[in-house]
Amino acid sequence: MTPREIAVLVLAAGGVFFAVVAAVGIVRLPDLYTRSHSASKSDTLAAGLSLAAVAVTFGLDVSTVKAVLLLLFMFITNPTAAHAIARAAAEEGIEPWTRDGADSGSADGTGSGPTDGTGSGPTEREVEE
Amino acid sequence: MTFISDVLLTAAAAFVLISLVVVYRLVRGPTMQDRVIAVNVIGSNIVVTIALVAGAYRDVGALDIAIVYALLNFLMSIAISKFTVERGGVL
Repeated sequence: MTPREIAVLVLAAGGVFFAVVAAVGIVRLPDLYTRSHSASKSDTLAAGLSLAAVAVTFGLDVSTVKAVLLLLFMFITNPTAAHAIARAAAEEGIEPWTRDGADSGSADGTGSGPTDGTGSGPTEREVEE
Repeated sequence: MTFISDVLLTAAAAFVLISLVVVYRLVRGPTMQDRVIAVNVIGSNIVVTIALVAGAYRDVGALDIAIVYALLNFLMSIAISKFTVERGGVL
């Protein structure tokens, strides 16, 4: 294997690993804000590593510049979008998940506490209107 | 097919499967912002998939498609999050 093949293999494997971490966090974490944290950090790192693999693949070319610019763009905009969504949720009045609400659910981490807690925000808003 | 093409196509297939797992959160996210986060993650995974396929087939034109898709993905997230808070204050 040439050094370029090893670099592409390592970068692509790292990207897939962090994408799996992001998907597990988005499916399993109890709250919108923790899911947003998982989406903004792990998924940004996964996209960065995978696009770095693409940039290494093209070698020295004009398309390498495109791949690097796409990497920088996603590196900036992905956390920004997650921040905007989380801020919109905070302004809608959705409460963050705390351990107090999860005591009733005990053993399995997916207790009904968090989903019920987040559901209270929009209904209050409906009442106001 | 060279070794690098195989690696990139395998990674692209893995990203597609991961996006299918995130669809679970898109279907039964309790709030609307959960669904927006899921759509955002799926969109960025699709951008990475397009770029990986472009690298595997040495297709330079597909990178432009990936760039435009990333731009639209970001604009969609910002527009939806602003639209839901101000109830149409943007438009």
